[in-house]
Amino acid sequence: MNIFVCVKQVPDTETKIQPSADGTFIETSSIKWILNPYDEFAVEQALLIKQANSGATVTVVRVGGTKDTEALRTALAMGADEAILVEAEDNLDSYMIAKALKGAIEKSGKNPDLILTGKQAIDDDCLQVPQLLAAMMNLPSVSVIVGFEDGEKLTVKREVEGGAIEVYEVSKPAVIACNKGLNTPRYASLPGIMKAKRKPLATHSLADVGVTADDRRVVYSNFQLPPEKPPGKKFDAMDEGAQRGIVKEVIGLLRNEAKVI
Amino acid sequence: MNFDLSTEQKEIIDMAKKFVANEIIPVAQEFDEKGKFPREIFQKAWELGLINTSIPSEYGGAGFSNLDAVIITEALAYGCMGMNSSFMANDLALLPIVIGGSDEQKKKWLTPFTQEFKIAAFCLTEPNNGSDAAGIKTTIKDDGDHWVISGNKMWITNAGEADLYVVYGTVDPALKHKGISVCVVEKGAQGLEIGKKEDKMGHRASDTRGLTFNNVRVPKENMLGKPGDGWKIAMGTLDHSRPLVASSAVGGAQRALDESITYAKQRNQFGVPIAKHQAIQTIISDMAMKVEASRLLVQKAAVMADQGQRNTLVASYAKAFATDSCMQITTDAVQVYGGYGYSKEYPVEKLMRDAKLLQIYEGTSQIQRLVIAREVLS
Repeated sequence: MNIFVCVKQVPDTETKIQPSADGTFIETSSIKWILNPYDEFAVEQALLIKQANSGATVTVVRVGGTKDTEALRTALAMGADEAILVEAEDNLDSYMIAKALKGAIEKSGKNPDLILTGKQAIDDDCLQVPQLLAAMMNLPSVSVIVGFEDGEKLTVKREVEGGAIEVYEVSKPAVIACNKGLNTPRYASLPGIMKAKRKPLATHSLADVGVTADDRRVVYSNFQLPPEKPPGKKFDAMDEGAQRGIVKEVIGLLRNEAKVI
Repeated sequence: MNFDLSTEQKEIIDMAKKFVANEIIPVAQEFDEKGKFPREIFQKAWELGLINTSIPSEYGGAGFSNLDAVIITEALAYGCMGMNSSFMANDLALLPIVIGGSDEQKKKWLTPFTQEFKIAAFCLTEPNNGSDAAGIKTTIKDDGDHWVISGNKMWITNAGEADLYVVYGTVDPALKHKGISVCVVEKGAQGLEIGKKEDKMGHRASDTRGLTFNNVRVPKENMLGKPGDGWKIAMGTLDHSRPLVASSAVGGAQRALDESITYAKQRNQFGVPIAKHQAIQTIISDMAMKVEASRLLVQKAAVMADQGQRNTLVASYAKAFATDSCMQITTDAVQVYGGYGYSKEYPVEKLMRDAKLLQIYEGTSQIQRLVIAREVLS
């Protein structure tokens, strides 16, 4: 059984993001990278399936910059068997990433029985790659899943608005995008960290997996920090005579300016 | 000279930090308040390979360097210096076996610690002998094919929880340090009485008790080395464990610095965050300087040990400087927090209480200065 897990490397949530000097991307030189937290649920699910199926292999695939390979190393240290890295700039769009992932999976020579991903990456929050990948590979896809049962077919649960749960039966192979709540990702153990460096890591270029500059659908042109929030308004309600007027004014502001009531 | 850690070491730090953020920091206050022993957290840390860093790979350990051990200890102590005391006590107790045990003894007592979760206790200090370790009164008497141990031990970490006790005594008090010997006693030994749990100022999650040995009989093969080897084994143990205690001070101090920076940016006085006031800035700069200097001393002591150099002097520098700095930094953190810092609602008063013990155990700050003076004046 061949399980592929597509992962992304994203800036640590505590990183201070700055636009790059030319404004076409973010400044990446001083970023501490981590495995995208939603992808951890995908890696964990793959490892749980592997535990229940001897002979199953877990391959993690990532498209992105090579200066730091934190995401792949974390997944290997958690217990994945091998890794594939498609070397690329960090500013690819979702279409290019999905196409590169498809190319890398096909190039591995292994027929996927299951492809797992996180439901979204916490950096650009596009929520596109799992669906694009499924469409390109002509496979069924379910996203935001919080329950997973393996069998002849997959039974997956997804959360919809209002907290209701939808249950799907899906034929295999499929692309399944995982959400928080699906499982509790394990820590990479120290023996796992030591073993990770001896696990196979295949490296390809974008050209190797059939992606060219013509595949770009989105061109980033101008990254800016959001404008600083204006300071909050203060009202002096110590003067009892003025309180009635202040209440009216606040209600007016909440209704007309903040538009929350 | 190169101050970079390896990729694996950085990954180990990341993993340990994640573990500490998820499993220790959220509950540390509660364990401190209730004086609860963190057995489950201890076991989880063991499962991840963060405990017993001193066991060599030939006996099933991870084969960590001293540098690996200090960076792991720093990360754990960042979460709770008290819980880290319990964790570190395992290494303190196993090191005499690593240093003085025969191949057979190492297989018998070290390997099981790598196969299942077990706790150990290092029993040197007595009610009347702390810094004056050569004057311990516990006796180890020869009785044919057994040793018979009698005496009292005090301030023993993990005493009520341990599976294994490493006990120092003397085969002849007249011999002073040349009579000191060390035996391994297993849990449940007849005549081993476990005292009441001490109600301590800090490190309240660690289990500290007195122990009484009433003619505890152990087989002859339970002695590490030969009679009289105990002093050398104890000193060798402390050379290795001092950088660990010093690194737990770095962890506690880094925590106090981080908490102070966060608070100083949030707390407003005179219309601006207090971090904008120079009086607070100088406190925080001093903290940051001392954390960095402490860490460098600790890592130097560890690297020297890894290179096989005698590190007694630098280990004492590290132990005294890092623990004294930690006391100062945690006290200053309470100052930065002001009235809130004095309340148990906020994390810094616990740091200040926990820091104090680091200046006392495993060689007080004064003993470290004695060692330093001896070395530099010789």
